[in-house]
Amino acid sequence: MADTLDLRFKHLHSHSAQKPKDELAPDQQTLDLEPLTPLDAQPASSRFSRRSFLSGLGATGLLAGAAPFAEAAPLVEPAADGPTADSAVGVLTLRINGKDYTLRGPDARATLLDTLRERLHLTGTKKGCDHGQCGACTVHVNGRRVNSCLSFAVMHEGDEITTIEGLGQPSNLHPMQAAFVEHDGYQCGYCTSGQIMSAVALLKEPIGPTVEDIKHAMAGNICRCGAYTNIVAAVRQVRAQA
Amino acid sequence: MQTFEYVKAASVDKALSSAGKFIAGGTTLVDLMKLNVEQPPALVDINLLPLDKIEKLPNGGLRIGAMVRNSDLAWHPEVKESYAVLSEAILSGASPQLRNMATTGGNLLQRTRCAYFREPTAGTPGGYGCNKRTPGTGCAALEGYHRIHAILGTSDHCIATHPSDMCVAMTALEAVIGVEGSKGKRTIPIADFHKLPGDTPQIENALEPGELITHVDLPKPIEGAHSVYLKLRDRASYEFALASAAVVAMVEGGHIRYVRVAMGGVGTKPWRSHEAEAALTGKPADAATFRAAAQAALANAKPRTDNAFKVELAKRCLVRTLKLATA
Repeated sequence: MADTLDLRFKHLHSHSAQKPKDELAPDQQTLDLEPLTPLDAQPASSRFSRRSFLSGLGATGLLAGAAPFAEAAPLVEPAADGPTADSAVGVLTLRINGKDYTLRGPDARATLLDTLRERLHLTGTKKGCDHGQCGACTVHVNGRRVNSCLSFAVMHEGDEITTIEGLGQPSNLHPMQAAFVEHDGYQCGYCTSGQIMSAVALLKEPIGPTVEDIKHAMAGNICRCGAYTNIVAAVRQVRAQA
Repeated sequence: MQTFEYVKAASVDKALSSAGKFIAGGTTLVDLMKLNVEQPPALVDINLLPLDKIEKLPNGGLRIGAMVRNSDLAWHPEVKESYAVLSEAILSGASPQLRNMATTGGNLLQRTRCAYFREPTAGTPGGYGCNKRTPGTGCAALEGYHRIHAILGTSDHCIATHPSDMCVAMTALEAVIGVEGSKGKRTIPIADFHKLPGDTPQIENALEPGELITHVDLPKPIEGAHSVYLKLRDRASYEFALASAAVVAMVEGGHIRYVRVAMGGVGTKPWRSHEAEAALTGKPADAATFRAAAQAALANAKPRTDNAFKVELAKRCLVRTLKLATA
């Protein structure tokens, strides 16, 4: 009984000191995180993620719902053209995490969010409400946090876009990512990339010094699991270090 | 979502000569396009327009470019210092991400959160009636669920609340909106910009087709005045107002020498209360005066079943805001 309770409430115990080593094992992170470099730059067999696993199932007909994941990656080429001011869009170049991606014949209706996920396979950015209400899709545009679901991709030619994939690497986490791990700032993890993108952005915003200021500044990111206390603890820690 | 033509305009002239609906931050428009409420055949992207400056005017006022983002406006030193009510109003609205996207011009054109208006099939056969969506189809909110709806400025055709906080503060500050169109430039006082629904709720503002908002001018700050925005809502953050108040007030010798009152969450447009101002001007800055002003402000309120609570809520909101602004 005592053992069971210990397991169930282990997240309530103090953090870093007694944390079992295997929670941070590098291979574990490789399995859980999305690929950090564009898919076309990797040998197909070099990574095995939850996503590629589901795609494989979809392709063999075991899981029909996963079929969209099985689509081949679209052509992503090195950038050729600059911003297309005053002209209709035939080719779209997006600069994401310091790399240029060129999309041929983009659909003007495609949001930045859907373009990141479905065409560029940068699936760390999540789709929640798709109406700017939940914050799961938060990315940085020119250093500022925005809801990528409420913006068309064609509006972002020439912008510097940063997604969670551009923030840190499994072997070299951004301090905010490390703080979220240390403070258990998530449960299911779906909102986490948006939470972290928001939290990193607020470090540069004049939001005020208090915990209430942090809560107000994080109001655009909903966590249905209710990890708010731990999220605030993570943000407080990084702000104190900054 | 319906497909559309897309063009990026790098100059005001190019924007004005392009056929289509202007898109800036997109926080209202893209949302409503996903719901099929907005179905523009063409979009003109105005994000490259050089309208993103905040400048002091020779007359002591402040010119805010239409493309200034809400967060930049709220955090601007001059706005925080001399127009605190505007900074507070903006920071009380939406989320940090949305405020980074939303623009000054776009916020003026923010559309109602009425759930019937936002319903994808509203105003179409088989859908909810919505005179704002399709004139003549009725208003489902009248006999429907209307807890968030307006109690001031309503008509038999529409009771939708204007959602903006920024516009309420700008109303108390008597902002003037600069627009440009094919016939040239003109200015519109904010009181005349938003339209009451009357029997044409589909007409929400004074813009002519194709006209572009270029800037908003704030008058010179009133010397010795304090300004406050107070917003009451179901959550402490990231929620629209059930009632809000923006007050600019100057007290001398215990008496109110200058006051401007606007209210949000209760009106079909950002609600200027001349009645409250008349009840306050020249009177002692005390609780009895504030209560009388609140009574005057809500005297013509037309509450319905679910939103009757807003009458008392709005009164208490205004009394508290007056107390804070005159303290």
